[in-house]
Amino acid sequence: MRNPLSERIVDIPFSGIRKFFDIAAEMQDVISLGVGEPDFDTPWHIRDEGIYSLEKGRTAYTSNAGLKELKMEIAKYLERRFEVSYDYDTEMMITVGGSEAIDLAMRAMLDPGDEVLIPQPSYVSYVPCAALANGTPVIINLQEENEFRLTAEELRNAITSKTKLLVLPFPNNPTGAIMERKDLEAIAEVIIEHDLFVLSDEIYGELTYLDHHVTIASLPGMRERTVLINGFSKAYAMTGWRLGYACAPKVILEQMLKIHQYAIMCAPTTSQYAAVEAVRNGDADVAQMLEEYNGRRRYLIHRFREMGLSCFEPFGAFYAFPCIKEFGMSSDEFATRMLQEEKVVVVPGTAFGDCGEGFLRISYAYSLEKLKEALDRMEGFITKIRQSK
Amino acid sequence: MEMREKILTFIEKNSRVDLKDLAVMLGVEEATVANELEAMEEEHIICGYHTLVDWEKTSIEKVNALIEVRVTPQRGRGFDSVAERVYNYPEVNAVYLISGGYDLLVTLEGKTLREVAQFVSDKLSTLESVLSTKTNFILKKYKDHGTVIAKPQDDERMLVSL
Repeated sequence: MRNPLSERIVDIPFSGIRKFFDIAAEMQDVISLGVGEPDFDTPWHIRDEGIYSLEKGRTAYTSNAGLKELKMEIAKYLERRFEVSYDYDTEMMITVGGSEAIDLAMRAMLDPGDEVLIPQPSYVSYVPCAALANGTPVIINLQEENEFRLTAEELRNAITSKTKLLVLPFPNNPTGAIMERKDLEAIAEVIIEHDLFVLSDEIYGELTYLDHHVTIASLPGMRERTVLINGFSKAYAMTGWRLGYACAPKVILEQMLKIHQYAIMCAPTTSQYAAVEAVRNGDADVAQMLEEYNGRRRYLIHRFREMGLSCFEPFGAFYAFPCIKEFGMSSDEFATRMLQEEKVVVVPGTAFGDCGEGFLRISYAYSLEKLKEALDRMEGFITKIRQSK
Repeated sequence: MEMREKILTFIEKNSRVDLKDLAVMLGVEEATVANELEAMEEEHIICGYHTLVDWEKTSIEKVNALIEVRVTPQRGRGFDSVAERVYNYPEVNAVYLISGGYDLLVTLEGKTLREVAQFVSDKLSTLESVLSTKTNFILKKYKDHGTVIAKPQDDERMLVSL
């Protein structure tokens, strides 16, 4: 029999946490700080609208780009929250999670040989999506001393004549880093100077704790070169509904929509009806969850300080990214030992890029009680290692 | 939100939180939280710290009733004096003045049906200003004080996701 597989696909590695998940799944009494989704259930009024749409028999496809009603609400929301305006009809589409939008944007924009700048540590899908789209991923290693923000200098140094697209993953998973307006202004200048495009993944855009999130699309000259990606998963605790959206200039959006039309058809109809309610009447839910995350964030950072664990203060998403270099172990080793000895799951920083070595991703999408218990165990582990040295 | 509102919002859900942890979560000094709490107790904004018990799960029998009461308001004192006469009974849990078809809603806790019935017929109905009562027994509590009584679901998320 011939090899059934595509070499290009086989060459793409599996994501690095499988092994970890397998060990943890076998163990009893494990506490996890390894989850990348909210611990809240989707607010009831949103679920209720989903149920109601089913009761009404709204079970058919929607148009490829998504429900008009939903797109109109999103357009209003983006103006209200982020001061950007998009034409719902020609510059916006509803996707199956932010993930699909990332894939579509890369495929719509890249030709073989085009270089895609990907700052790391960052979410695991940018590199493989760039590769699947025949682009060449080029990694920018972000630095802890810059609080894992992207600087203009780092950007400038990574640009070649082949660079076409910059992925901008802020607020960031896994570091919790944000880009403030001044940071964005500094890189926008470089982007315009070198005629680059930006894929701005703002799925955590509602979850910032310093100031309101600024989208790079709102800066002068940036809207026409930005694909803005957002979704419902993190802000409204709707991960399982698989619903995101992309906004971009018409020339880009219509090509993305073409791929979506052939590959996906449309995003799930039930989810779209629920999302109308979320974006129309969900601001208070978001504010309440944000307040809750913020309390846990402060608690987590406080505990790290008490443990003497070095960690820059994260102002976005629901992750902290403490440094464990003092223990002389790799991230993988540390995480594996902590799982085996204390039954606490955390994700090694290296799952998000090589430059995540020496760091752990700790999620605070957990109740205070769980967080407390896990951190007590973690503190015990650290004390033990320090003593044995 | 101002600090008081933040504190109240939190402790309304969990009055047993460690003061130190609460201060950390609100990003203020422990003394600030302690002072605010004390002041709010003083001002009777915080009226008590209670425990939500599901008596169903114990072997102790309890009967709860909601009683709709129509009363004649008294000259000069409106409903206050009759309300006071009612709420002073220790078996009365709550008394609310209600808009609509009746005046007072009285919630009552007794050991047996008979005990509740006796309270209504002997004590409540015989008050001079009480015109009529309607007793509703609670058969099952689903949610109380914003808390669902059934055991919360386990965390069904995957242990690790990126």
